[in-house]
Amino acid sequence: MMHTDTAPPGTAPVFHHEEEHHPETSTLLGFWIYLMSDCLIFAVLFATYGVLGRNYAAGPSPKDLFDLPLVALNTSMLLFSSITYGFAMLAMDKGRTAATQAWLAVTGLFGAAFLAIELYEFAHLIHEGAGPGRSAFLSSFFTLVGTHGLHVTFGLIWLVVLMVQVAQRGLIPENTRRLMCLSMFWHFLDVIWIGVFTFVYLMGVLQ
Amino acid sequence: MFSNVDLQKLVFGRFTLADIPYHEPILIVTFAGVALGGLAVLGTITYYRFWGALWRDWVTSVDHKKIGIMYVILAFVMLLRGFADALLMRAQQSIAFGSQEGFLPPHHYDQIFTAHGVIMIFFVAMPFVTGLMNYVVPLQIGARDVSFPFLNNFSFWMTTAGAIIIMLSLFIGEFSRATWLGYPPLSGADMSPGVGVDYWIWGLQIAGIGTLLSGINLVATIVKMRAPGMTMMKLPVFVWTSLCTNVLIVAAFPILTAVLALLSLDRYVGTHFFTNDLGGSPMMYFNLIWIWGHPEVYILILPAFGIFSEVTSTFCGKRLFGYASMVYATVVITILSYLVWLHHFFTMGSGANVNSFFGITTMIISIPTGAKIFNWLFTMYRGRIRFEVPMLWTVGFMVTFVIGGMTGVLLAVPPADFVLHNSLFLIAHFHNVIIGGVLFGMMAGVTYWFPKAFGFKLDPFWGKMSFWFWLVGFYVAFMPLYVLGLMGVTRRMQHFDDPSLQIWFVVAAGGAALIGCGILSTIIQFVVSIRNREALRDTTGDPWGGRTLEWATSSPPPDYNFAFTPVVHDLDAWYDMKNRGYARPLHGFKPIHMPKNTGTGAIIGGLSVVFGFAMIWYIWWLAALSALAIFVVSVAHTFNYNRDFYIPADTVARTESQRTAALAGQA
Repeated sequence: MMHTDTAPPGTAPVFHHEEEHHPETSTLLGFWIYLMSDCLIFAVLFATYGVLGRNYAAGPSPKDLFDLPLVALNTSMLLFSSITYGFAMLAMDKGRTAATQAWLAVTGLFGAAFLAIELYEFAHLIHEGAGPGRSAFLSSFFTLVGTHGLHVTFGLIWLVVLMVQVAQRGLIPENTRRLMCLSMFWHFLDVIWIGVFTFVYLMGVLQ
Repeated sequence: MFSNVDLQKLVFGRFTLADIPYHEPILIVTFAGVALGGLAVLGTITYYRFWGALWRDWVTSVDHKKIGIMYVILAFVMLLRGFADALLMRAQQSIAFGSQEGFLPPHHYDQIFTAHGVIMIFFVAMPFVTGLMNYVVPLQIGARDVSFPFLNNFSFWMTTAGAIIIMLSLFIGEFSRATWLGYPPLSGADMSPGVGVDYWIWGLQIAGIGTLLSGINLVATIVKMRAPGMTMMKLPVFVWTSLCTNVLIVAAFPILTAVLALLSLDRYVGTHFFTNDLGGSPMMYFNLIWIWGHPEVYILILPAFGIFSEVTSTFCGKRLFGYASMVYATVVITILSYLVWLHHFFTMGSGANVNSFFGITTMIISIPTGAKIFNWLFTMYRGRIRFEVPMLWTVGFMVTFVIGGMTGVLLAVPPADFVLHNSLFLIAHFHNVIIGGVLFGMMAGVTYWFPKAFGFKLDPFWGKMSFWFWLVGFYVAFMPLYVLGLMGVTRRMQHFDDPSLQIWFVVAAGGAALIGCGILSTIIQFVVSIRNREALRDTTGDPWGGRTLEWATSSPPPDYNFAFTPVVHDLDAWYDMKNRGYARPLHGFKPIHMPKNTGTGAIIGGLSVVFGFAMIWYIWWLAALSALAIFVVSVAHTFNYNRDFYIPADTVARTESQRTAALAGQA
């Protein structure tokens, strides 16, 4: 009943492949699954912010703290970096190593600018006495935004390492696969940031 | 200016010599035992010049079979530690009545019940499950290895690193006293300022990375690496349950990682997630940890269900009854396991509506589980049942698990739970399902697949001894706890006032002793089987008359598992091959592409132990240094592009002709 043979009756069924069987590569799927698990970490941090985000403990609220123009500038840095990463991937597809490297470098600069602005914001908040220990709102704010920033930091390190490896060995299959993974990671961080920008900053100031 | 005290803090963090517990005789004796045992093992390895082989063939191995075996060994070693804790608790509770204080002060007793829970779940059940999945899944789907062999090795060493950190707490400092799930505010910096909770956090955090990565690995393996012809509805049931388990791991463990990180921030940085002041909410922790924790119990039980399915069908000589319903039941359980977490704290006071919702979803889970029980029963019905040891564990499971399931449904009724919450009834319930389900499943699995892994069967007599001791011991140890729980006795008590309760605890201690005999029987079984291995030898590769692909290859399988990739036509692929004139290919072998071994996983695992230890003791310079080292080793690893090699066709031909000779010899 469950046989799915297509062999005609009378001939022996085929039970093994004579030729070497090559299963398709699992790297992109595996990395995608990893990203989804990372997404769950952010889900927990968002949920925590959702539950504790208005527990100001008589301290400052988002309205008192957030500087929307600065955050908008910051957001644009990250969005631009995603676009330039896209250009890097297009150059990679065409096999143009130098252009790929150049776009990766631009991406890295945008990423570094994003981090610099974020660090400035954090330093400013802590200087004003609104550090992570002030209230549950600030604890969850710093953790959510900081975890994203930590991811961007790792992305930047990864980017530099990949640039070195592309410089050493060119756009060989291993390297293009790695660039694809970093591409997914980078765009993923962009999506998370859009959530942070909307949910934390915009809605915080609108309250 | 540094005074001496400051310098000591700078170098040793908060560690002082007073943290070595040399005033506790129990720990000193244990330490002496562990040290002597460890020296004996190290000495033996040195004497037989086994270090090189150990490093080359095991520590650095990326072979899923060897990694699977190492996981199971880790589980057995940790089982001994976890069971020693259980014996201490049972002994203490059977004597600490009235004016008798027993031999364990509360400070020590609280560490023991915390360690028992943590070790049994994270370092016994989890490595057991992961080890069996690692070993069996690639063989059952006709693959050469998992999708990411290096990652697999890395995962194992991270799990081991976590176990080592937990074990260190026994002799350096102390372990957590804040229960196995570390509820705040008790686990917060104010209530638990010592190193105990930090040992717990870092042990779990590091092991959790390993678990998560191995989950990703196995999902990708099952999705991408199946042999041609093996559609999803032709997967062996064990592979299906493994797939669901690993999906649960990927979807649950990040939550544990995140919630532990938040607790760490509360303890290390002074944030206010779970504190009682400045807006924190301990109940947020309860919700988050159980959103991981409930799926976790299904992560453990689903592979056991898969093992029982394989065993039942093999030892009844029949196709599994209701394969499709088994698959759907597994998937439904997977989904429902995310919708029940609040039943762990009905007494939190979320209101009648919320409690009803979670009570009902909990009861609904018993429907697919019940369907599974009926499927196994109908597979046995009119089967030619062979009561070999794996089948005994399966039948023992079916009886025991049904009882555990029924008490679980009882606890799912919120008003009843208000009475039974945190009582010994709950303890009896979850030991009923974890011992009767997970542990019996793992014992069945080990007995069933041992001949595949080592080429000889386990001694059946000592297997039966182990089974009967465990089964009887379980009932004697835990039925009294049901009774005590119904009388309102709560868990985690170091001492009791009411002497009328004592007899029940004495009986329970007797049960624990019987279980101890069961564990001893298993150890004897291993020794006896290794000594009689020639008599127990299996040259066919298929000692039980199996039905799935792992039995198609030799025992133990060659490094490459299958010389040619099998083509699957039927759910019971190997049974189909045997029935329809499968002839083993004898020539035309090709070179086989394989991954190279690497020491990176073990090195990062070792550095993680150092990092965790430094963080626990506030030795900041060491933490920074080891973190930097982990980073450097990881990046350096990515610069190695030379990761694979080919097994030459000659070698394959030689291995296969040896098997041909062996097969001819036994005919």
